[in-house]
Amino acid sequence: MKHPGMTNKVYNISNDVFNWSEDNFNRVSEIIKKYPNSRQQSAVIPLLDLAQRQNAGWLSKTAIEKVAETLSMSYIRVLEVATFYSMFNLEPVGENFVQICRTTPCWLRGSDKLTKVAKEVSNSKLGETSTDNKFTIVEVECLGACCNAPMVQINDDYFEDLDEENFRKILIDLKNNKSINKGSQIGRQTSHPKRGNDA
Amino acid sequence: MLKEEDKIFKNLYGFEDWSLKGAMQRGVWSNTKEIIEKGSDFIVEEIKSSQLRGRGGAGFPAGLKWSFMPKDSGKPHYLVVNADESEPGTCKDREIMRNDPHLLLEGCLVAGFAMHANACYIYIRGEYYSEASNLQKAIDEAYANNLIGKNACGSNWDYDIYLHRGAGAYICGEETALLESLEGKKGQPRLKPPFPAGAGLYGCPTTVTNVETIAVAPTIIRKGASWFNSLGRENNTGTKIFSISGHVNNPCNVEEEMGIGLKELIETHAGGVIGGWDNLLAVIPGGASVPLIPKSICDTVKMDFDSLKEVHSGLGTAAVIVMNKSTDIVDAICRLSHFYKHESCGQCTPCREGTGWMFRMMEKMVKGDAEVNDIDKLLDVTKQIEGHTICALGDAAAWPIQGLMRHFRPEVERRIKEYRISEVA
Repeated sequence: MKHPGMTNKVYNISNDVFNWSEDNFNRVSEIIKKYPNSRQQSAVIPLLDLAQRQNAGWLSKTAIEKVAETLSMSYIRVLEVATFYSMFNLEPVGENFVQICRTTPCWLRGSDKLTKVAKEVSNSKLGETSTDNKFTIVEVECLGACCNAPMVQINDDYFEDLDEENFRKILIDLKNNKSINKGSQIGRQTSHPKRGNDA
Repeated sequence: MLKEEDKIFKNLYGFEDWSLKGAMQRGVWSNTKEIIEKGSDFIVEEIKSSQLRGRGGAGFPAGLKWSFMPKDSGKPHYLVVNADESEPGTCKDREIMRNDPHLLLEGCLVAGFAMHANACYIYIRGEYYSEASNLQKAIDEAYANNLIGKNACGSNWDYDIYLHRGAGAYICGEETALLESLEGKKGQPRLKPPFPAGAGLYGCPTTVTNVETIAVAPTIIRKGASWFNSLGRENNTGTKIFSISGHVNNPCNVEEEMGIGLKELIETHAGGVIGGWDNLLAVIPGGASVPLIPKSICDTVKMDFDSLKEVHSGLGTAAVIVMNKSTDIVDAICRLSHFYKHESCGQCTPCREGTGWMFRMMEKMVKGDAEVNDIDKLLDVTKQIEGHTICALGDAAAWPIQGLMRHFRPEVERRIKEYRISEVA
């Protein structure tokens, strides 16, 4: 399963510099306050997440070093956290990071077809970024929305109750910079049994 | 069918307002101060006599677990809410957190007070971004209205609730891995003992509990333990949110009485099996980690801890994954083996090496590219992993394969024989 969050290599760009933006610098101190004094290491996951958001969806070596410096942790301790958790991407990703759930509940309802559609529309292989930098398509394990299967996560949002047709439309709209609606694609209220058109 | 008035989750689907105003109209936070004034012993005893069992999978008696917290340890006590919902098939806590977050927060205060804790961390899986956002807004509302914080609800008890987002690791749903993760490390489970009630988060007394278990607590105290244990049966009491997914006409989450028949559950709430009940092949009744049960058992089995244990499966998280006759059952379980291979934290050798080995063997079984005695070899390996690892992930990886071979061995053998014939031809 090729996935930029599941590599153990650190992608290094020469002359890359990472500094907290002013907003994020303030957020850092808010986050650290959640944990008891001398337990600021607890903030490592939230800070890596913040750094990744500031850095176009992935963590460079300098970003990881900055988190280590901010929390007075050794680089290796932060690196092992960054490599352990799949949500931390260690390679650059496209504008739309599309994670297709492949685990049994989604697979039973046709997740394989979604993968096929995504490869077609993005014209890229799984785990690789499309040449127009619009998409990185990956397959992931259970995202915890099984009653709305099959589903995908694109950046922060869930897109649910998908089929080949509505998923293709979402991807094409993203490609053309059109706005898309998150959540159920058949007008269903969360995981209520009734479908949108007969509720 | 569960009566409307007996439902605990009145806004499970989010038709109503999830914010504080809506929650208060549903009775949340209505007399929290009075509940706390009854004292921690009363709360723990009431939860014990309600016979509430943990909703996160293991089904451990909740009141008993809470009573393990020391009374006067001289250290801070912590309640940690396990919202790392990642068990395949399960999506119930998500609905609680995004549609009725105050129900959870009130539970955090009541349960935390009962455990002599002044702080609570809610560890939510990182992918639940909008759920975390609703929950954080609810926390902010609760602080702004003095429901939590200093002198929470006017009870003279100080109580802080913090939300902590994870970053995509199934293993962090295991309680000690969750604590490691919360301390800013890789989520690798700890050896027990010491148990978290003795030395948990930051070495302090800690109880880690599932979202649903905490969210039902205030309602149990309000309506009384006798109301809760009048639902279901002895040791399998109350209501439960079932997540029904897979080959059903209307997949959904639904709150029902514990012990409802599996067939009734699927037909009443999920619109039945696609193609009709007779088109049913098998069901995984409690999330990916429990062994599947074939249709013959599904016909009559009741959905509670002890009934499912009797048929060598389990209620787990009550995530019902339905598979009809169009399913390649071997591939369905093979997918789960891939899941466990991917999610093994790599700490214990039997699990780290075994999950990969089992997945590769299952891949062969899907095609039939194996020997018939490989089935026994595979089962033997599952037995060598089960019970030989620090945490239960090893067991969870072994059980689905054992369940498959218990009920569908002839199908696996048929594939092997057919593959051999096609090889010769």
